[in-house]
Amino acid sequence: MSITEILFWFLSVLTLVSAIMVLISKNPVHSVLWLIATFFAISGHYILLNAQFLAIVNLIVYAGAIMVLFLFVIMLMNLDVAIEPKRSMWMKFAGVISGGLLLAVLLSVVRTSVDLTNKTAQLNTGDIGLIKNLGHTLFTQYAVPFEVSSILFLSAMVGAVVIGKKN
Amino acid sequence: MQSLTNRNKPVDRAPMNFWERLYLPEIFKGMIITLRHLFKRKATIQYPEQKREFSRVWRGLHVLNRDEEGRERCTACGLCALACPAEAITMEAAERELGEENLYREEKYAAKYEINMLRCIFCGLCEEACPKDAVYLSETVAPADYARKKFIYTKEDLLIPNPVTEPEAYAKAKGLEPNENRLTGKR
Amino acid sequence: MINLSAVLLAFDWGFLLQKLILIIIIVSVSLVVAMYETYLERKVAAWMQDRIGPNRAGPFGILQPIADGGKLFFKEEIIPNTSNKTLFVLGPGLAMLAALMTCAVIPWSSHLQFGDTTVQLQIADVNIGILYIFGVVSLGVYGIMIGGWASNNKFSLMAALRGASQAISYELAMGISLIALLFITGSLSMRTIVEEQMKNGIWNVVYQPLGFLIFLVCAFAECNRTPFDLPEAESELNMGYHQEYSSMKLGFYLFAEYINMFISSAVMATLFFGGYDVPFLDESTLAPNVAAIIGLIAFMIKIGFFIFLFMWVRWTIPRFRYDQLMNLGWKKLLPLALVNMLVTAAVMLWLHK
Repeated sequence: MSITEILFWFLSVLTLVSAIMVLISKNPVHSVLWLIATFFAISGHYILLNAQFLAIVNLIVYAGAIMVLFLFVIMLMNLDVAIEPKRSMWMKFAGVISGGLLLAVLLSVVRTSVDLTNKTAQLNTGDIGLIKNLGHTLFTQYAVPFEVSSILFLSAMVGAVVIGKKN
Repeated sequence: MQSLTNRNKPVDRAPMNFWERLYLPEIFKGMIITLRHLFKRKATIQYPEQKREFSRVWRGLHVLNRDEEGRERCTACGLCALACPAEAITMEAAERELGEENLYREEKYAAKYEINMLRCIFCGLCEEACPKDAVYLSETVAPADYARKKFIYTKEDLLIPNPVTEPEAYAKAKGLEPNENRLTGKR
Repeated sequence: MINLSAVLLAFDWGFLLQKLILIIIIVSVSLVVAMYETYLERKVAAWMQDRIGPNRAGPFGILQPIADGGKLFFKEEIIPNTSNKTLFVLGPGLAMLAALMTCAVIPWSSHLQFGDTTVQLQIADVNIGILYIFGVVSLGVYGIMIGGWASNNKFSLMAALRGASQAISYELAMGISLIALLFITGSLSMRTIVEEQMKNGIWNVVYQPLGFLIFLVCAFAECNRTPFDLPEAESELNMGYHQEYSSMKLGFYLFAEYINMFISSAVMATLFFGGYDVPFLDESTLAPNVAAIIGLIAFMIKIGFFIFLFMWVRWTIPRFRYDQLMNLGWKKLLPLALVNMLVTAAVMLWLHK
């Protein structure tokens, strides 16, 4: 076992534990904080894959900005246990079943996919995650999807402005 | 109204021009002003070592005066208490017994004389009201204390030392000569 | 697990030790600098107001920060009953952690030479140095937010929300002003940026004056310094997000602010003012150790100037109103930064055609 592998297992356990904690913590603020911990662990994985740019962008965008907005909303809501609406047993049951089905589908796809079998991730090697190569790929090979997604963002921005102007 | 300092400026409500709306040049101007203050002479007085000179008309802690033979001047007439706007002074009068002539100047004296320094506003009206020149406001600041009780000054706290029996303490309590410089202690 | 010892033996322990010592030195230096920043802040404030400032503890009051720190240590540690206790303790810790983590990618000077071993005076020369700083700075927001929310006090919460939204808003303009700089340097590594400036002999501030100005304003806002210290606006929010804090937990928040100031001064000096470059001096002619020490001194002088600038502005300009702050961030700085970026890009394209 090399240092990289030890780190991999440590980060994996950390990711899973914090992801589970997101689901089972009673306090929504704690959930958000555990989610941030999950993002950190995933960023650690990116670094192990030598994708430093992705790692840090994951932190800046998700942990640094989006989760702050999540925290904003949750902190401003009145989240007392007393006024929590009671959900019926059937709702919970349906949630568990649909979630389980989704997990099963994902698992089967991963297991049967041709591309992924007998392949391990490149640990600490490969330089596709570095900013130069990533930018190059993004602006040559994937230029069209990239531009389409930026138009999507632009429309979302315009939409937000329109909604803001109305009030 | 006549201007006192010639430094007042009429309020200018004209809209800001472009240069002013840029904001940064104005900030820079302000920063130059503060930078100039960096090198100005400092106004601080290092208190326990240096002391600022009191004004000639400073009204500080009260003193109950004695005459040159060391007799208390106060006759407990109550005019000071009457004059006091803050009602800080209380007193009880007593009659002078035989054999106490060297203690009290008149037949009546103050057996109890208290000034509540928490109420006192140091206006000096007691000093003005006194017909016997008995109460004076000295050039001392009332010292701070932890208990309210300590701020009620009794006659013992207020009386000036006896010039006959304790001439040094009396001289010290009378303070410095009028022309002396308080910063240096020299004339 | 049998080959674990082999793994451990194969590891470069000398390198680890060297980095560990460097980390300890840099962290403790940041702490000491933060301590003396509090002293300098009080002195500068006093001088600008025609006073003398602290001068009783030791000669010129030089021991004042130690007295202040000692006072904070021995104050009673109060955790409010209605607070969320874990998060209440976590808040100042996070603020401090984020503040200290940023110093990892700053190149303090060139390298020292001890016989065969070369010691880089930088903890980690990662090729995304600037982005790393951004990432860690955006974490600093959590320290404020968590602390403010966990205090269970509406003033603290308001201040926390203010602080967080201010930091997010100004991060945008800051990032875009930096993109224009990165067009010129072509690298995100802090060391490369400094070496580029040393090689050219021209500091980046000459190419990017507007970018620097935007970056400076945003750095003020990110550090919650006046005129953008809305999260600590006493007249509106009592004490701000650290209202309920006492003792060293309060000290951590205050310390984190001063460390942030130190680090952002260092970042500005690195990115725009040549880092450890000494103007009109060819470092390659000197022995490496001498060059490193001269560079370190030059870098510290630059940092010192920026720290003084922070304080100078603080004691000159009154606080913005919150709507003014947001207007400045979104309606002035952001478009300005975008224009700056586009113009820089156009010029770069034209030059490289």
